[in-house]
Amino acid sequence: MQGIEVLFMGNNMLRLWGGLWVTLRLSLISIGLSLFIGLFVGAFMLVKNPIVKAICRVYIEIVRIMPQLVWLFIIFFGITKLTGIDLDGETAAVIMLTIWGASEVGDLVRAAFSSIPSHQFESGLSLGLSRVQLYVYIIFPQAVRGLVPDVINLSTRMIKTTALVSLIGVTEVLKVGKQIIDANRFEYPNAALWVYAAIFLMYFIICFPLSLLSRKLTKKRGE
Amino acid sequence: MTMEEHIIDIEHLTKKFGDNVIISDLSLSVSQGEVVVLIGPSGCGKSTLLRCINGLEPVQGGSVKLHGEPVEHGKSSLYNIRQKIGMVFQSYDLFPHMTVMKNVTLAPLKVQGRNKDEVTGQAMELLGRVGLADKADAYPSELSGGQKQRVAIVRSLIMNPDIMLLDEITAALDPEMVHEVLNVVLDLAKGGTTMMIVTHEMAFAEAVADRVIFLDGGVIVEEDAPEVFFHSPKTERAQRFLKTFTYSK
Repeated sequence: MQGIEVLFMGNNMLRLWGGLWVTLRLSLISIGLSLFIGLFVGAFMLVKNPIVKAICRVYIEIVRIMPQLVWLFIIFFGITKLTGIDLDGETAAVIMLTIWGASEVGDLVRAAFSSIPSHQFESGLSLGLSRVQLYVYIIFPQAVRGLVPDVINLSTRMIKTTALVSLIGVTEVLKVGKQIIDANRFEYPNAALWVYAAIFLMYFIICFPLSLLSRKLTKKRGE
Repeated sequence: MTMEEHIIDIEHLTKKFGDNVIISDLSLSVSQGEVVVLIGPSGCGKSTLLRCINGLEPVQGGSVKLHGEPVEHGKSSLYNIRQKIGMVFQSYDLFPHMTVMKNVTLAPLKVQGRNKDEVTGQAMELLGRVGLADKADAYPSELSGGQKQRVAIVRSLIMNPDIMLLDEITAALDPEMVHEVLNVVLDLAKGGTTMMIVTHEMAFAEAVADRVIFLDGGVIVEEDAPEVFFHSPKTERAQRFLKTFTYSK
């Protein structure tokens, strides 16, 4: 009796892929929201006003120093305790991932813009470009080119971080795997190895191409 | 020489960074077709002067005029005036995400609203003149420093400016590339382009200049024809400065 059989018993494989889809869906929604909010965070960080800047800095640092798991519990259990609103696991997961992701995107946006040398602005202006033309033709395209590989990297981290949400009862791929392992614990004691290997492969199939893409784009930027 | 039309008139210009006076009550005019070379020690205000002429810096006193029109930092009129002032900087400042052709044609198309065929034709002609016709579709990262700087010159020239400001354009180049860039500038001078040039290349300065202005501490210390300045400078300060370029055992 081999543990590998567990993977192909009943609809186990289908369930794992279904779990992976949950992982991906949560990640995609969170990345989308993070991008949207993060652009504003980044824009605020580039504002000259020191108070606005400080608020953004504090937000980013607080999110950074606290483990994402703590944030997840604060949101999932804390909000219910405080307000009585019963958040479902997926909503709490998306909120946590977005709070984290938006702070990361914000910092990336800030870095992408501040890494553009001042002489790019000056040579644009000295050609007679207006402010709007300067940003549309010179600054934004360069900032976006710098941003894309970093955002792809962040996406792979986000996909991996989604594994945490199994702890608040969201049935994503890791949770499905656990269920399969638990259900077959006695007949197939070594099933865990095979199930986790399958999950590893699934993460790999998703994240590796993204990682390659990001590396390729980074190289292109440095050409 | 005296009756020619002034392109640039600088009157009593003062520029400070905080309490630090960079340019102090400086007056200077540049005539049509004239090549003025600004020379002086680091921090003497020569680059800042060029930046003020292009309105990149706010000034604390006096005025800069192009054809009698004031160049004022922060004013909307500046965008029109800048089209008539070409500026090339020390750093390779091409736009890295655009081909050479796009770099050169962006401003004439978007700022001047000129016809695309006409602009492309002029771009090819100018690129040919600086020996880079075959690089039109290359990206800046594929060019050497000297080639980038020649493209930057073309990018300014295509606007058909009234005056070109060159700010230490060879300072960041390998010695071998300095020559190819300076030859382009010498050609422009022969062709009658009005220029103000900041440089540390003394031999080039002597060859290209109609007039040499020696700046120190934000004021004009000496103003001469190049053959006078380089061979019999009048002020003690200029003599001392020029000595730093010669070596003897």
